[in-house]
Amino acid sequence: MLATRNQLWLVNDRFDKAIGAYRGPDGQPAEGWADVNGDPTLERIAQGEGLALCAAGNWTARFAPALERIVSDAEKLRGSRTHFFIDVSQVASLDTFGAWLIERLRRSLSDASAEAKIAGLSANYSSLVDEVSRVGPAPTVDSTSLSLSGMLEQIGLTVVGIGGTIVSLVDMLGAVIAAAGNVLIHPRTFRLASTVHHLEQVCWRAVPIVVLITFLIGCIISQQGIFHFRQFGADIFVVDMLGVLVLREIGVLLVAIMVAGRSGSAYTAELGSMKMREEIDALRTMGFDPIEVLILPRMLALVLALPILAFLGAMAALYGGGLVAWLYGGVDPEAFLLRLRDAISIDHFIVGIVKAPVMAAVIGIVACVEGLAVQGSAESLGQHTTASVVKGIFFVIVMDGVFAIFFASIGM
Amino acid sequence: MAEQVSDAIIRVRDITVQFGKTRVLDGLNLDVKRGEILGFVGPSGAGKSVLTRTIIGLVPKVAGSIEVFGVDLDAANSAQRRAVERRWGILFQQGALFSSLTVRQNIQFPVREYLRVSQRLLDEIVVAKLVMVGLKPEVADRYPSELSGGMIKRVALARALALDPELVFLDEPTSGLDPIGAGDFDELVRTLQRTLGLTVFMVTHDLDSLYTACDRIAVLGSGKIIAAGSIADMKASQHPWLQQYFNGKRARAVTG
Repeated sequence: MLATRNQLWLVNDRFDKAIGAYRGPDGQPAEGWADVNGDPTLERIAQGEGLALCAAGNWTARFAPALERIVSDAEKLRGSRTHFFIDVSQVASLDTFGAWLIERLRRSLSDASAEAKIAGLSANYSSLVDEVSRVGPAPTVDSTSLSLSGMLEQIGLTVVGIGGTIVSLVDMLGAVIAAAGNVLIHPRTFRLASTVHHLEQVCWRAVPIVVLITFLIGCIISQQGIFHFRQFGADIFVVDMLGVLVLREIGVLLVAIMVAGRSGSAYTAELGSMKMREEIDALRTMGFDPIEVLILPRMLALVLALPILAFLGAMAALYGGGLVAWLYGGVDPEAFLLRLRDAISIDHFIVGIVKAPVMAAVIGIVACVEGLAVQGSAESLGQHTTASVVKGIFFVIVMDGVFAIFFASIGM
Repeated sequence: MAEQVSDAIIRVRDITVQFGKTRVLDGLNLDVKRGEILGFVGPSGAGKSVLTRTIIGLVPKVAGSIEVFGVDLDAANSAQRRAVERRWGILFQQGALFSSLTVRQNIQFPVREYLRVSQRLLDEIVVAKLVMVGLKPEVADRYPSELSGGMIKRVALARALALDPELVFLDEPTSGLDPIGAGDFDELVRTLQRTLGLTVFMVTHDLDSLYTACDRIAVLGSGKIIAAGSIADMKASQHPWLQQYFNGKRARAVTG
């Protein structure tokens, strides 16, 4: 039996005829062969100067982990003989995993002094092995090493990135103003329907949540104020605090932060996915300016919406505060209103509401810049949407600080 | 293998799919035999993609049963379903590559999930699959957004074939490829079918593919299979749409 097989390795071209020799008369594999339907095996048979490796079983993806172990073990034979034969005639099934591992074994066993051959391929499998024999070495992945210079480089790139952000914000502001100017000159190019649509999205649909949150914040400020002022017998001053705080700061700031989270992120995601699907490129090639078609209506809607929402929010906060003052602090509504009239003037209201459109513009610009910066991947869309909200809120607070300094210096 | 050729790998019985009030598939029956390449044609909007998506379980059906590899997908528990899903590969019409992963990671993704093999083998398999679908190994580290439409198709096929499945669904695989690329693609599908014993369910409009790659053709019309058989059967059919499709101007250009 063994003798027949040994001859086989030497006479490869006769292989197909020879294969019948070691099969039983009924076409079933003769005794001594591994179970053809089972796990993959690789039997080693020494033949003088050479070594035969007889593969059997299923050489398929399902058995890939076992196959890899078998092949890695066999690869250690490299250099031990001058001739290797890999016999695959007993392989029950073969797919690209098996074919590649056999090819890999052949390659690693052959070097200048040794020769390795694959034998016993049936016609079907030989085209598969031919296919994988065209595979070159896998290109290596360049891994980024953690080093001091690498970290410094990252810091430098981040600083450059911040500079780039500011430039692109100014760039977008200019483009929006230019587009607005163009619309003023040619009023027919103004997209009223789109603006109204976005106004509904960012203003009308935002009213319930904005009113609810500011109402609750008003309640909390009032309750805390009364709780602490009571120790000094100064309950009634809670009205002063509430009025000034809500109208000057909390109302508009809170609403701006909510709008940045709610509408800024929506703008970025909308523009970003349009960018990904080449819709913005399509617009541009049709001769439309994306700034005019997409961004101006959104900006305008936001600039109109934020003062309205800020006003509604301030009213809801005052109402909530008044309610708590009455129910919890025993300040009845009439006394509350009288005190409020003394405590605040129209200046406080103006200081608050003047900030709203500016903050809206900042949120809108940031959201649109981030939206247009989205690259082709879903991950990039997520990153830019996050960046839009984070930067939007950051700039809103910075603007609020700038306004505080400005109003303090002009004595308002 | 001879005794297996005749059995059906996909058995679709009386399935009905409805979107709102529109009935897209209406009591449809279809068998796909093991080892064959079935070309699936029909007018645009007839529901070819809907049928594909229904078989793979992405579209809910109103009635009927679907058996794949002899497993009734409605009765199967999640482990059985996963076992079936591991044995098929799907090429979506738009590729559906994961946009935040590179080509390499896209192809490795199913392998990594199902098989515990070394990183070295994973990388080698990626190169092997890329070579098989006719791409250079250098594209492995590109992102899908940096690929051309044809390359996306090929990478998506490489991903569909990553686990060496027994059954692949191809949704318009050659649309958007140049004729040479489309021809290579047909050749590739043929080679894979021959070497791996692959069964292919191919939705296509490409007459060349139908002539060169497909063993059998099924035609969808008004929610049912209106004809199934070889190219010759299709040409002999008296159905007006089939007449136009297989004997029209474009078809004559293909057959010469």
